[in-house]
Amino acid sequence: MGLVHEIDFGTPASKSEKQVTLTVDGFEVTVPEGTSIMRASMDAGIEIPKLCATDMVDAFGSCRLCLVEIEGRNGTPSSCTTPVAPGMVVHTQTGRLKDIRKGVMELYISDHPLDCLTCAANGDCELQDMAGAVGLRDVRYGYEGDNHVRAKNDGAENFKWMAKDESNPYFTYDPSKCIVCSRCVRACEEVQGTFALTIEGRGFDSRVSPGAHELFLDSECVSCGACVQACPTATLTEKSVIEIGQPEHSVVTTCAYCGVGCSFKAEMRGEELVRMVPWKDGKANRGHSCVKGRFAYGYATHKERILNPMIREKISDPWREVSWEEAIEYTNKEFRRIQYQYGRGAVGGITSSRCTNEETYLVQKLIRQGFRNNNVDTCARVCHSPTGYGLGQTYGTSAGTQDFDSVEQTDVALIIGANPASAHPVFASRLKKRIRAGAKLIVIDPRRTEMVKSAHIQAEHHLALKPGTNVAVVTAMAHVIVTEGLFNEAFIRERCDWSEFQDYIEFVSDPRHSPEEVEKLSGVPAETIRGAARLYATGGNGAIYYGLGVTEHSQGSTTVIGIANLAMLTGNIGRPGVGVNPLRGQNNVQGSCDMGSFPHELPGYRHVSGDAVRDIYDSLWGVKLDEEPGLRIPNMLDAAVDGTFKGIYIQGEDILQSDPDTKHVSAGLAAMECVVVQDLFLNETANYAHVFLPGSTFLEKDGTFTNAERRINRVRKVMTPKNGYADWEVTQLLAQAMGLNWNYKHPSEIMDEIAKTTPSFALVSYDRLEKMGSVQWPCNEKAPEGTPIMHIDGFVRGKGKFIRTEYVATDEKTGPRFPLLLTTGRILSQYNVGAQTRRTENVAWHAEDLLEIHPHDAENRGLRDGDWVRLKSRAGETTLRAQVTDRVSPGVVYTTFHHPDTQANVITTDFSDWATNCPEYKVTAVQVSPSNGPSDWQKEYNEQAQQSRRIAGHLEAAE
Amino acid sequence: MSHDDGRMSTKQKLVYMANQIATFFDSKPHEEGVAGIAEHINKFWDPRMRRQFFEMLDAGGDGMKPTVIEAGATIRRPRQDAA
Ligand code: SF4
Ligand code: SF4
Ligand code: SF4
Ligand code: FES
Repeated sequence: MGLVHEIDFGTPASKSEKQVTLTVDGFEVTVPEGTSIMRASMDAGIEIPKLCATDMVDAFGSCRLCLVEIEGRNGTPSSCTTPVAPGMVVHTQTGRLKDIRKGVMELYISDHPLDCLTCAANGDCELQDMAGAVGLRDVRYGYEGDNHVRAKNDGAENFKWMAKDESNPYFTYDPSKCIVCSRCVRACEEVQGTFALTIEGRGFDSRVSPGAHELFLDSECVSCGACVQACPTATLTEKSVIEIGQPEHSVVTTCAYCGVGCSFKAEMRGEELVRMVPWKDGKANRGHSCVKGRFAYGYATHKERILNPMIREKISDPWREVSWEEAIEYTNKEFRRIQYQYGRGAVGGITSSRCTNEETYLVQKLIRQGFRNNNVDTCARVCHSPTGYGLGQTYGTSAGTQDFDSVEQTDVALIIGANPASAHPVFASRLKKRIRAGAKLIVIDPRRTEMVKSAHIQAEHHLALKPGTNVAVVTAMAHVIVTEGLFNEAFIRERCDWSEFQDYIEFVSDPRHSPEEVEKLSGVPAETIRGAARLYATGGNGAIYYGLGVTEHSQGSTTVIGIANLAMLTGNIGRPGVGVNPLRGQNNVQGSCDMGSFPHELPGYRHVSGDAVRDIYDSLWGVKLDEEPGLRIPNMLDAAVDGTFKGIYIQGEDILQSDPDTKHVSAGLAAMECVVVQDLFLNETANYAHVFLPGSTFLEKDGTFTNAERRINRVRKVMTPKNGYADWEVTQLLAQAMGLNWNYKHPSEIMDEIAKTTPSFALVSYDRLEKMGSVQWPCNEKAPEGTPIMHIDGFVRGKGKFIRTEYVATDEKTGPRFPLLLTTGRILSQYNVGAQTRRTENVAWHAEDLLEIHPHDAENRGLRDGDWVRLKSRAGETTLRAQVTDRVSPGVVYTTFHHPDTQANVITTDFSDWATNCPEYKVTAVQVSPSNGPSDWQKEYNEQAQQSRRIAGHLEAAE
Repeated sequence: MSHDDGRMSTKQKLVYMANQIATFFDSKPHEEGVAGIAEHINKFWDPRMRRQFFEMLDAGGDGMKPTVIEAGATIRRPRQDAA
């Protein structure tokens, strides 16, 4: 195996189309105009010594090690900052260059500790490499004079010396090893866009500093790891490398956290994971990462992970550890009994957006082929189901239209109800980079998110609307575009249905949709709406990125339609730089939807009522599939409470914590007779489970994830499953126990079946993924290389369809009892319900959920920052601590839902999107009042949770 | 139409959902809107939801919007043996 080595070309690639030919050390080389001499040489296989250059950041030219001589030019220019020119003749190794380089290295080494043997970077240090490369043999200067290396000089305090900063849980900063190359500073600025680091002081006194003399943990640093990657020495080093040592082999795989789907090299020593390093060839992340994928994998080996199957008859019993055979047989018997007793439709299952495509496919197959019904749903129900409906209706497919690279050509980005800096950090970094290069930004969000204003980023317009008024605001933007004649008539005539467009303009031109009218309900100044609409319509390539702030509303699907209308009106569809891009939450939300996780759809979004589609599966699987749609998650819970739904197989989801109206969810679960939970940990849902099947992590299995840009990325197994089986194998055991003839030996065989039965996946195979690295569906005869951008020559449905979007206020209204509007969201360091991230050092950044409240509302209630408050809605109440901030507007409060102790979903109600039942998370009328501790519900809940987590034979509960 | 704790029963929810769907289709021409409601419910509601829906519709459709009641004519009645 060995390590996957990536070439460092020293400076970023030039995008120029014009080619230039030059000679380097006698070799002719042709490169794009604007390429540095350093990179051109590397292209020719000649590695010029360097320290301050690396291809993830722009050249800076400070170390003077990369000097070259150019015929006909004086001096010794640095190759990293000098661009190539036609006919240039470069020499990289001459007597003069050798002397200068040795001198430079001698100076560096004279102020560097010589503890190479015990240094964590031993074997992976560029300073060491360069000393070798330039042939440094002796160092004439000692540490006698000024140095940064020793704490004391001859017994006296050395004020130039700085202690190690170990505050960040994942990496250390050891200033004594710093060569002040500023690669870290540039990485933080250019790649991450956080600007947390600076070089303080001048000349010999200069040092790297997070913020103004802060510790890393206290600074703006978001722990993305870019600086650690950029650092050529051991100054910034992963703690895991310090502890374990250098890796010996690596495997390319995909992050299992969010929908960006970053590619990583899992660097290993035996079966021990040493570190995750973002992979430069990863097409979603281009070598960047965030704190979750880069560092937060410790949950995989967390002591609370359950490794043995367990069963119990009643949820009040302690768990009993059993063999896999017993657990599988028990489940099989129970499901058979339930179906016999209550009917075929009394059982169902939930697929996981955290699991692979192959695993999801098998779960829905088990339900359709084994249970013989369509009662399958997935957590996308609670996040992006309105995207499926809205884009499906208007464009003919739920697919996001672009790849992430597209953002590099965007001129105006319109972000609606999403906070990529928290939820899709690597995409946010790429977007910020584009904005720093001049693109404009419009943000529609009730909250002043990091995107609205952060280092070197400032949104042109922030539409801080009242939660629940998305449709009105989006429609008002369309009103401006239509009434001011800013629409793209040529595009509409060619690509869209003209009569539907006529109908739509009639609708949207009505004065009730004017910004002046909409201002009254949304609270957004009319001029701001007008400004935003004009900018989006006329500012060049306009791209819309939206998130759960759009979908999780009772009019979620309508807003998605409104967004689709905006893009069609302005012709912002079908080329790079534009489009409609749903930012999907979990790593494989896209994939789980593609794989037929919805109760009305077979894989590839084909409705179950279609005879031709069912025939494909009927003949392959040897059963007659049910032609009736099945139950969606909320409907399953309703049916459970009504007594007609009794058994559920849940793979890798925690619906008790993630779904709205916790009390209703727990009532539904409690009414079931067999709840099977397959997961890594005893999650909240498992409190109501009768069977627990231990799950495996993404490090322990082969498969694929599909990210938000429809990119199918490989997940590769780097270690043996600690629980014994990968999740797909567990589902297969269950299927075999039910008498189904399944014999998959490897997930690639599952993908082959998917390709055979799903037209948009027809040419996807592990072989192709091996060759191409990744591929974006549709991938079939028409697009063998995949489809980075959709709707290029026309919409999937034929003509784009404009649909009226009437604003209807939600029934969730504020009043005297509940005068504030609660909206919910996520933060960077935690992920979804936090089951994984809470079991990593990421808790350093987010120990608890906080309630953000405007100073005005806080003062009215006598609340101060940090106070315990009671948060109450008509559904329930909970307590948490307040954070007083003007990030939220008066009348609006905001919290996250990462911690089970908070149970923010006790508060959320059962209102949902009209088309898809996606819950209305983003608007709940609440009251906030002072409190002195956890609510009765929280106490009861905790007690119940503790009781139900007991395992017979174990002294303590598992959590 | 809510319970004491502010929650709807399953049947109340179904009426509520059907009315929500109808509200979206209000902005369409009448015929098209009614057809839209029926198509939506046929596509997304499982048989037991439709069965409960018809129980209420057949009992007079209390609380249902007129367009929902009208759409009832083209919503598929679930087969007896359906799940
Ligand atoms: S970890 Fe990321 S955010 Fe923190 S200093 Fe390094 S580059 Fe900047
Ligand atoms: S910390 Fe590393 S990357 Fe930053 S200046 Fe020092 S040596 Fe260079
Ligand atoms: S969590 Fe998302 S952005 Fe962060 S590394 Fe993983 S895939 Fe990339
Ligand atoms: S690498 Fe070019 S000056 Fe440092």
